[in-house]
Amino acid sequence: MMRTIKAETIIEAVAKMCVSANRYLPEDVRKRFEECAAAEDSAAAKEVFRQIKENWELAEKSGLPLCQDTGLAVYIVEVGEDVSVDGMTLREAINEGTRKGYEEGFLRKSSCDPLTRKNTGDNTPAIIHFDLVAGDKLKITFMAKGGGSENMSRVTMLAPAQGWAGIKKFVIERVAEAGPNPCPPTMVGIGVGGTFEYSALLAKKSLMRKVGEPSADPEIAKMEAELMEDINKLGIGPMGLGGKTTVFDVKIEMRPCHIASLPLAVNIQCHSSRHEEVEL
Amino acid sequence: MTTYSLTTPLTDEDIVPLKAGDVVKLTGTIYTARDAAHKRLTDLLDQGEKLPFDLKGSVVYYVGPSPAPPGRPIGAAGPTTSYRMDTYAPRLHGLGLKASIGKGKRSDEVKQALKDNKAVYFGATGGAGALLSMCIKEATVIAFDELGPEAIRELTVEEFPLLVINDCHGGELYAVPNREAAGV
Repeated sequence: MMRTIKAETIIEAVAKMCVSANRYLPEDVRKRFEECAAAEDSAAAKEVFRQIKENWELAEKSGLPLCQDTGLAVYIVEVGEDVSVDGMTLREAINEGTRKGYEEGFLRKSSCDPLTRKNTGDNTPAIIHFDLVAGDKLKITFMAKGGGSENMSRVTMLAPAQGWAGIKKFVIERVAEAGPNPCPPTMVGIGVGGTFEYSALLAKKSLMRKVGEPSADPEIAKMEAELMEDINKLGIGPMGLGGKTTVFDVKIEMRPCHIASLPLAVNIQCHSSRHEEVEL
Repeated sequence: MTTYSLTTPLTDEDIVPLKAGDVVKLTGTIYTARDAAHKRLTDLLDQGEKLPFDLKGSVVYYVGPSPAPPGRPIGAAGPTTSYRMDTYAPRLHGLGLKASIGKGKRSDEVKQALKDNKAVYFGATGGAGALLSMCIKEATVIAFDELGPEAIRELTVEEFPLLVINDCHGGELYAVPNREAAGV
């Protein structure tokens, strides 16, 4: 039996998510920042965490977005095989919801032509990744992805012989090179395996996992913890001013790849880690 | 670390005492400009045209604010990453720009221009867009309205909280990554 969802329902849910995700920093992120602030010794690092906290409190109270870069709207959509959308295509409905949310929520429209740089004016087209799953539900995860941290992200194709040591070296070097640019403390999402483009999608998806929630695979969870500890030895600290917290979390998603390849993607997320999900 | 209260326009006397790590509370008029606006400013200079604001003693803020909701002069307004303006900044410093506000590293060319022109690079806290917005009392688009968030705005700021990242003596505040400790 197909279940039908009205396009209007999707548009409203998406618009609402765009606005609220840009105003409310998720609880898991807030909690982690409180812990990190307490662990810092340097006055500069503590002051950055103080400002980050004042900013999230102010955004919640004033209705201003947390950051002026309200991002490109990125969606991971799990579409049940038994769901159909009435009125328009699912893609159109998500774009329409994005348009509405960014306009009505006074959010910045950051989408532009890559060469002429002309703004599209409504923050569409949104970046939408569809996953077909069993069932009759629709799960839409929204992420406001800022340009500054996205610019510091990279994809590379390692030689299989480079293995875990090569992965670690590349990731640490990437965070070191990015330095203060991506608004540290950052969260580092790592995609290992798949193909060239799939590794990047894995990295993006890993950023949707809750802060403090390790990989379900104990081996990978161990790698995440090891990398986080080593990256934080760089001492870049909040806003690059020095300190113990260069990254506030590291996530790894892994899947099989070609016998010739070791694809690796590093997606950096600024401290304003804004995402929300809705199930319809 | 010293805290200074400065008022625009900035002079050599304001800039020279500043050292990397000092805190500055800036009051007065500053101008917003990011990627597209810098390209336009440079085009105007190439054509020998007048710029929309006087560069002498000026401060440019690298920001593309979010739209102003009702009752506010401006939306969230934190700094964008500065390196994208590095190709344009030395020329503007040569023409009187005294300070830029952004976040992230600058090129060697920009750091040299700061020394040559007694200018300074300030950092504001990235991602604190709502907080920084509260220090902005007025905002008016003065050029390139069609660029939307990238238009040039004249902002009136009060005690805008800044950190000196690069001073005019070659000093820099950013931490050097300890690669050895991290094992790379």
